[in-house]
Amino acid sequence: MSPTARTAGPAGEPTGAPGAPEDPQAPPRQDTPATGAAGAAGAGRPAGPERPGRPGAGSPGAPVRKAGPPPRTGGGPLRYTVVVTGLLLALAAAATASLALGSVRIPPGQVLDALTGRSGPSPFRTIVLDVRLPRVLLGAVVGAGLAVVGAVLQALVRNRLADPFLLGISSGASAGAVLVLVLGGGVGLVGGVTTTLALPAGAFVGALLSLVLVYGLARTGGTLTSTRLVLAGVAVSYILSALATLLLVVAGRPEQFQEAMYWSLGGLGSARWDTLALPAVVLAVGVGALLTLARPLDLLLVGEEEATVLGLDTARFRAAVFVLASLVTAVMVSASGAVGFVGLMAPHAARLAVGAPHRRLLPVAALGGALALVLADLAARTVAAPQDIPVGVLTALTGGPFFLWLMRRRPGPEGAAL
Amino acid sequence: MTELRLHGLSYGERLRAVDLTVRPGETVGLIGPNGSGKTTLLRCVYGTLVPTAGHALLDGDDLHALGPKARARRVATVPQDSATEFELTVRELVALGRSPHKRFWEGDTGADRERAGAALARVGLADLADRPYPTLSGGERQRALVARALVQDPALLVLDEPTNHLDIRHQLDVLALVRTLGTTNLLALHDLNLAGAYCDRIYVLERGRVVTGGTPAEVLTPALLEAVYGVDTEVIPHPRTGSPTVLYMHRPAVGQDPSTM
Repeated sequence: MSPTARTAGPAGEPTGAPGAPEDPQAPPRQDTPATGAAGAAGAGRPAGPERPGRPGAGSPGAPVRKAGPPPRTGGGPLRYTVVVTGLLLALAAAATASLALGSVRIPPGQVLDALTGRSGPSPFRTIVLDVRLPRVLLGAVVGAGLAVVGAVLQALVRNRLADPFLLGISSGASAGAVLVLVLGGGVGLVGGVTTTLALPAGAFVGALLSLVLVYGLARTGGTLTSTRLVLAGVAVSYILSALATLLLVVAGRPEQFQEAMYWSLGGLGSARWDTLALPAVVLAVGVGALLTLARPLDLLLVGEEEATVLGLDTARFRAAVFVLASLVTAVMVSASGAVGFVGLMAPHAARLAVGAPHRRLLPVAALGGALALVLADLAARTVAAPQDIPVGVLTALTGGPFFLWLMRRRPGPEGAAL
Repeated sequence: MTELRLHGLSYGERLRAVDLTVRPGETVGLIGPNGSGKTTLLRCVYGTLVPTAGHALLDGDDLHALGPKARARRVATVPQDSATEFELTVRELVALGRSPHKRFWEGDTGADRERAGAALARVGLADLADRPYPTLSGGERQRALVARALVQDPALLVLDEPTNHLDIRHQLDVLALVRTLGTTNLLALHDLNLAGAYCDRIYVLERGRVVTGGTPAEVLTPALLEAVYGVDTEVIPHPRTGSPTVLYMHRPAVGQDPSTM
């Protein structure tokens, strides 16, 4: 494969050349933690025990205390239905807007005509069906995948600050993919169909290794502290990004730096119908599998020791979650580069909407992540049109401050955000 | 009714060849200074530590051969506090106790929710069922965790300092509640008078070994307390209940040996 350099320049919407895809080649990927700086900001928080205080210690429960308005979380089935329906409608609206807007503005009527097949061949139809639709779908799939992985990682490390990007898993996926690319390029292995599977496979191995590494580093001494988790994630992320760059240099491919940069920031410009299938399948399989694991995921929320006492084989379950999270992350990163913070924000918002139990949380987080990334990509294509801003830049610009806010916030009586 | 027998149970240096029996339906207390091995012993029983030697047998079945799930159907524990940082409601937290009776992909049924509701009513938390667990007071949390152990439907209940951080009323409530559950109970207690009042028998641990075991009246003696805790005491029968009650001779702080605090 000789990856065509993708430029970060003018968005490739083919204004006058129907049929030309926005991005003719899925480029190789390299991840430099450009937005990792926002993650590194988390390092500034002083170390400390996960739960600094015990609320009951200071105010042993008065027998009939009914303090304050009871802040309900979760709510009943009705609330869940309302939230899911609302998200589906919003997602449909955002997708429609994304199909209509861009460097070429297409009237909504024509968008619908193109989608329903009523219009004959036309430039509009090509733009809607061959350029924008796969991009919107990829955005939804990647956003959903990253959000679900974020939710699951947060349960696994019992920390709201977890995200596939911040924990270095995305970088691991990048490094793995680049390694496959460099090695495969050397022996002529990677090419055509093989690429679509070999790159994600390499990304999977890289993601799994980095997740195990970060988890192991953060857990040293038996307990998992937030500070160590974030620091380990950032450090591993930098190391693997550097490794990926080094691989590209050693392999004599400095010309790929620019595209590698674009890719490291995360972008959906490479979306095509034939690159969409794998992420979609993996999303469906991954979310399906994780939904069946909703109960053990809930058990993780109370800690591994308690989960064990409640009957969970925690070591085995953790391994299964590692594999699933790495798989989904790897495939998403292979398709879109390292888009950060969607996996941080969407699960948090979903928890506020429907509570912590995963049977409700995961679908809502997935829809929220899909909506967030579709909207972010719409903004990326239109804010500075015809410039195509890497979507990861926008998610970092919103997600970074969100991370900092989350870090400082004390959500409960325990101040247990970390 | 279930019986627990420990045979030569050891965990490194922290627990050394402990023999102990909790007879069916009994409530047995473990007392001993800090670091004497109470928590280690309990963890070996409820399965988060694997003993380095010896066995914990529940009605003859080795608890470690059972595996986490089968064990969790028969043994429940009430931790000092649940460390959840995510806002599960009290009802959701309690319903987790049904997990060992479920396949991992199964959700909670109506029957499970009823059980959780009944358990919450039994510990007096029915009104708080839909509150986020982290917003509860210490006493309410402790009772919620007892409710979770209840829906687990265990034969053996293991409690590690269940009265820690509770005010006196809730200490009495929790221990009285435990005695009414119909389970066989093994609990570690700091408060010797609570141990004397609520336990059928008491074992005394010191540096990982069982020093003695017996009824409260047999165990709670000035001589033993002097030997194990290094404190000067009088033990008198409770004026109304007759249970052995420990009175401490207060000493000036200067001469105090910190290891026996």
